[in-house]
Amino acid sequence: MKVLVAVKRAIDPNVKVRVKTDGSDVELNGVKMALNPFCEIAVEEAIRLKEKGLASEVVVVTVGTSAAQEQLRTALALGADRALLVETNALLEPLNVAKYLSKVIDQEQPQLILFGKQAIDQENNQVGQMVAQLIGSGQATYASAVNQVDGQWVVEREVDGGSQVVALAMPAVVTCDLRLNQPRYASLPNIMKAKKKPLEIIAADTLGASVKEHARLLSVMPPAVRKTGVNVGSVAELVDQLKNVAGVI
Amino acid sequence: MRTLVIAEHSAGQLTAGTWSAVTAAMALGAKTDLLVMGGAHASAVAQQAALAQGLDRVLLAQGAMFENALAENVQPLITSLVADGYTHVVADASSMGRNVLPRVAASLDVGMLSDVIHIVSADTFQRPIYAGNAIATVQSLDPIKLLTVRASAFAQALSHEHRCEVVAVEGGQNASNVRFVSEQLTVSERPDLSSARVVVSGGRGMQSKENFALIERVADKLGGAVGASRAAVDSGFAANDLQVGQTGKIVAPELYIAAGISGAIQHLAGMSGSKVIVAINQDAEAPIAQVADYMWVADLFEALPALEKAL
Repeated sequence: MKVLVAVKRAIDPNVKVRVKTDGSDVELNGVKMALNPFCEIAVEEAIRLKEKGLASEVVVVTVGTSAAQEQLRTALALGADRALLVETNALLEPLNVAKYLSKVIDQEQPQLILFGKQAIDQENNQVGQMVAQLIGSGQATYASAVNQVDGQWVVEREVDGGSQVVALAMPAVVTCDLRLNQPRYASLPNIMKAKKKPLEIIAADTLGASVKEHARLLSVMPPAVRKTGVNVGSVAELVDQLKNVAGVI
Repeated sequence: MRTLVIAEHSAGQLTAGTWSAVTAAMALGAKTDLLVMGGAHASAVAQQAALAQGLDRVLLAQGAMFENALAENVQPLITSLVADGYTHVVADASSMGRNVLPRVAASLDVGMLSDVIHIVSADTFQRPIYAGNAIATVQSLDPIKLLTVRASAFAQALSHEHRCEVVAVEGGQNASNVRFVSEQLTVSERPDLSSARVVVSGGRGMQSKENFALIERVADKLGGAVGASRAAVDSGFAANDLQVGQTGKIVAPELYIAAGISGAIQHLAGMSGSKVIVAINQDAEAPIAQVADYMWVADLFEALPALEKAL
């Protein structure tokens, strides 16, 4: 059984984000990039399914520029078997990405498609759900446990106020939340081996997806700065400030 | 122009986020309908919803298939309603809204804007990106605009005496590709974290699950909700659904008290919109100090009981 993992190249989570002075976007020139942390969890889950004998092949796919090969190699070093880059220099709008991915899914016919629940750059939290709609499959977003029972994927998902369990027919889309697993580190021998694993580059416009511009980014600004706070030295002082100055208690 | 707001309810009540989504919809300046979906109890919810100020109509879709608001079941209903004449769809950026709306977007071949915090005009919106470290202003080019809105950025709509019309609608499906198995919701006497007026949160500095009782007692004195940092949740001190941050709940209460929380970027993304922030921490240099209105450098295990007593 094949598992497809869709991943995204995003800013490294430890990098301090700076807005360009002209307000056009966030500065990404010369900034360290990484595999989006939630996508790393998705890759880890796929590898664990393979280790448990529930998957026979793990294919990792991304949509992006040629530079995203770096993140595909990372996924290969973690244990994915082969990689696909849908290459485009266009802005990555969720619906367009979902359309490219559903074309790849048509070709690959996986029984499970794993995503991170969202990317830490644009924070859209949309692509997995859109793919599920486009391919007509069931979805389990915000997964905290993935099991296979009687030919179905049984997924525990985090919802506001608690958790929910759903059973999905195959193929299914699952988007991974923080507590699904703790991703491993790639070992040096595996990083070396990953260089020899197959990585296929597909030009996005050969997939026959009908993509278009849905939204235009007008400006990017830093958030409003909070005014400088004050130090308080005792509980009496704090309570007095909250009651009489801030007026919140 | 006409706006459809997707309502959400729990235990027979509209969620606080739904009332905020109604306020956001009002800012679009179009006639607004609210869609209530659910099982047998949904009609009582619809009657309650019909009292919200500014609504034109409440649409009520009742049926067993809507019980658990599975995206696969509700999407065909929303899509057919929207295709029938709505220009805007607004939902709370809750786990349900985020789960359902992208499917609707894909079915209508339009984009979607997540986590909107400000409505600039009927086609232009602001939303935080990069964990709130940047605010993007985005213009939608689609004929139908789909938005999830961050509840903490919009006041809750008020209700009034007048009840608008409640209209029954039909649609939806019993999808064969998904089956609801079970649900486990945390029952709490405390107010809902996302909409509480006061939130008291603990971090790794609390050191144990047992010590979290100190946080709970302060929260109860203030009639507030209990929150936690990701570090505290990962360490098992608090339940997952209490996590405040980029990957947890986004809160913006009147008063946010952060005890033993260093203030990682991902936590700040979830609470820096709070009106007044109090940090209690042993480390005066902790990053939380940069957003705190009141910084109290103290030992948590003395400070929290003292605070509880003084309130």
